Amino acid sequence: MQNQAEIIRLKQVVQQLLDEAKHQGASGAEAAFSVDNGLSVSARLGEVETVEYHCDQGIGVTVYFGRQKGSASTNDISPESLIETVKAACSIARYASEDEYAGLPDVERLATEFPDLDLYHPWDLNAEQAIALAIDCETAARTYDKAISNSEGATINSHQGARVFGNSLGFLQGGLSSRHSLSCSVLAGSGDAMQRDYWYSVARNAADLETGRQVGEKAAQRTIARLDARSLSPRQAPVLFAPEMAGGLIGALVGAISGGSLYRKASFLLDALDTRILPDFVRIHEQPLLPGALGSASFDSEGVATQTKDIVTNGMLRSYILSTYSARKLGMQTTGNAGGVHNLTVESGVNDFSAMLKLLNTGLLVTELMGQGVNRVTGDYSRGASGFWVENGVIQYPVEEITIAGNLKNMLLNIVAIGNDVDLRGNIRVGSILLEQMAIAGE
Amino acid sequence: MPLLDQVKQTILAGNGLQTQDIERIMATMLSTPVDAADIYFQFSHFESWSLEGGIIKEGSHSIERGAGVRVVSGDKTGFAYSDRLELPILLEAANNVKAIVRQGQQAQTQIQAGRERPQLYQPVNPLKSLADQQKIDLLKRIDSETRKLDSRIEEVMVSLVAAYDHILVASQDGSLLADIRPLVRLNVSVIMVDNGRREQGSMGGGGRSDYTYFLEEDRAFAYAKEAVRQAQINLRAKDAPAGNMTVVLGPGWPGILLHEAIGHGLEGDFNRKGTSAFSGRVGERVASDLCTVVDDGTMRGRRGSLNIDDEGTPTENTVLIENGILKGYMQDKLNARLMGVKPTGNGRRESYAHLPMPRMTNTYMLPGQSDPEEIIRSVKNGLYARNFGGGQVDITSGKFVFSASEAYLIENGRITQPVKGATLIGNGPDVLTKVSMVGNDLQLDSGVGTCGKDGQSVPVGVGQPTLKIDGLTVGGTNV
Repeated sequence: MQNQAEIIRLKQVVQQLLDEAKHQGASGAEAAFSVDNGLSVSARLGEVETVEYHCDQGIGVTVYFGRQKGSASTNDISPESLIETVKAACSIARYASEDEYAGLPDVERLATEFPDLDLYHPWDLNAEQAIALAIDCETAARTYDKAISNSEGATINSHQGARVFGNSLGFLQGGLSSRHSLSCSVLAGSGDAMQRDYWYSVARNAADLETGRQVGEKAAQRTIARLDARSLSPRQAPVLFAPEMAGGLIGALVGAISGGSLYRKASFLLDALDTRILPDFVRIHEQPLLPGALGSASFDSEGVATQTKDIVTNGMLRSYILSTYSARKLGMQTTGNAGGVHNLTVESGVNDFSAMLKLLNTGLLVTELMGQGVNRVTGDYSRGASGFWVENGVIQYPVEEITIAGNLKNMLLNIVAIGNDVDLRGNIRVGSILLEQMAIAGE
Repeated sequence: MPLLDQVKQTILAGNGLQTQDIERIMATMLSTPVDAADIYFQFSHFESWSLEGGIIKEGSHSIERGAGVRVVSGDKTGFAYSDRLELPILLEAANNVKAIVRQGQQAQTQIQAGRERPQLYQPVNPLKSLADQQKIDLLKRIDSETRKLDSRIEEVMVSLVAAYDHILVASQDGSLLADIRPLVRLNVSVIMVDNGRREQGSMGGGGRSDYTYFLEEDRAFAYAKEAVRQAQINLRAKDAPAGNMTVVLGPGWPGILLHEAIGHGLEGDFNRKGTSAFSGRVGERVASDLCTVVDDGTMRGRRGSLNIDDEGTPTENTVLIENGILKGYMQDKLNARLMGVKPTGNGRRESYAHLPMPRMTNTYMLPGQSDPEEIIRSVKNGLYARNFGGGQVDITSGKFVFSASEAYLIENGRITQPVKGATLIGNGPDVLTKVSMVGNDLQLDSGVGTCGKDGQSVPVGVGQPTLKIDGLTVGGTNV
């Protein structure tokens, strides 16, 4: 990709869309154009399995006729298609209702500073090299221990792309970004006793990825650790969410304090601003400008400047997560979160993972969750789980075919400790989380 | 105009391509010896409308087109795609993907029209089946009628979506097959408040049809009534029990049990690789003799139905389990060839930009002999689960979950107290061996299922009669 030339090309198309919207009578418009190129290679049992070349592009436009809104998108960027796409959006806007809260962001909220966030590190990787890397990774897993009996393979993904966003208030900005990942999944055991697990690494810069050997060995270790799992009898017990599971718990909190859930009154945390939702040692903040991080952005999906801000301090909810629309519905100001959060960070304590296991003492360590049993309206939580039973801070045996249940409102208030074993692979950065007690069901 | 000509007109002629161009792309891929090669063209229209807070809040429209080229040699696959339907670009893609196989002899293919298939759905454009104003009026009418059903309703959300897909598949055997696939869905959700307690209810449906489907038999309002009924039940639900107990599953959508517990585990790719808990178990007992389960892509107008799968194979009614014995797997072309069996018309892909793999269509259990009331009466203490949200499975360990959204206690043979939603967890290879009664009331779901696998989503259907399972773990909070 010819970096800056590509951005200029995308900007021209976005400007054409905005001009066309104006030409068709829209009072306001916003448009985006993104392109993505990638290579995905997987190897299984020591040989290449698939080589996929990815090449995607798409434009989207939203138009306003006063307070009426319509949207349209396409992957066809021919000049005729641009006109047709704007036409489709305008046609929808004419049928949409007047919505007094609909419209572009306030101009003073738009981002004006665009620091280099170090998000673009293309990986000069051809299919041959990717195949070799994937085979190395999978081989490390398969040869780790003779208990490894089969494999789902190892996969390398390397993507790079560009995105430009503009609106009729004069905003027109874009940037390049890259994302690379390496994953591996292997099996151990046979017949009824078969187990599978995986590991992955993801980064903006391939140099920050774990090595193939590290990923493969972790996948193998995790799989072997699950062998001879048993169920548990129903009980109440403390539960430790491993870091890779803790992100989901915080994700449920994010959903409940997001504007869309709040103005629809579809949240278990209505009217919770400036009230206690977590124990007083918990601080959650957003770091949208972290260089090189996966969730970094200087503006959100409607061009509003992102904010470095506290969401929760001393356990008290200090900010909702709002877009322009949801903020207006709630009589508030956007928090620069149209499209979601950016590097939401849960401040970690002093405990590493083994210290967290000691704090758990006797209870359940959860390393996998299944199903969608989270009710955002009521906070009721019930999910399938597997992990390990722990006694006196020492892992005793793997467990599976159990459920854990509770209510998120209480679960969040009953967090005992948060580890410093932070998982940096997602947009929510959090270590392991220890809950005082949950209901466990099994045989 | 025959379907194939209609699709060729839209996809090829509409982009300046001809049948000979397909032959050239194919010749490029076949310039090395391969086991299979195909080109998949797609042209899709999509729209959605949503109502909330009493107003038509949003609408969107989308057009996507593209083509994917694939070469398969042994178990190795090369794949590339483009959203630009231009010959030089597609030839370059074809050149890239064949790098996966070693050099060899040149082969040529002459493209011929495949045999027309019986049409399971009309090749109609659902987006045009109602005028935009009529769509808006329908949503507003649903909103106002729903609000009349209960004074405790605080919010009503209605969504209406339609997709109109043209696909064209050319294979290395020279066949050229087409399909035109309409798909519609309508959903109603309500939030109700009573004494400060807040609960939701939601119901939807649809199929391979057009928007008039929702006007027939008053379906749209039936969804609204059902959503309200579920919210009303949830408002008086108590904490769910926790532990292993007898569970009676209602008919219809609870068939998601079959989709998760056995369906995924019987997909050909996992079984060829030996990674499924069902691998190598054809001919073995995996369910009680009351259970016969099929995957049927040939049902008229259903959400999971297809005239041909995404590799051009006609869909089938495939028996997965017959009287408790595992009969076979669901196959796409690649896995069928490697396992030495026939493809079953289960090769599906989310779009031209994704590789096909074995996927379910409409998966359901055939009806049994028992009167559903007799089934309830036979349970001293247990759980009756009438509606479900989604589910998930680990195909290797066989462990699966599905989450009840409407459930009741059964006490002394009677349905009593509603309880809060809870996740149910079990083991795929043995859960059906615990089926002790099968109702005579087979129902298929209303047409809302979407299945995810390897990041690809496809529409599916499920169904079952009332089932009694002697022992399943219920994940409530009442330990």
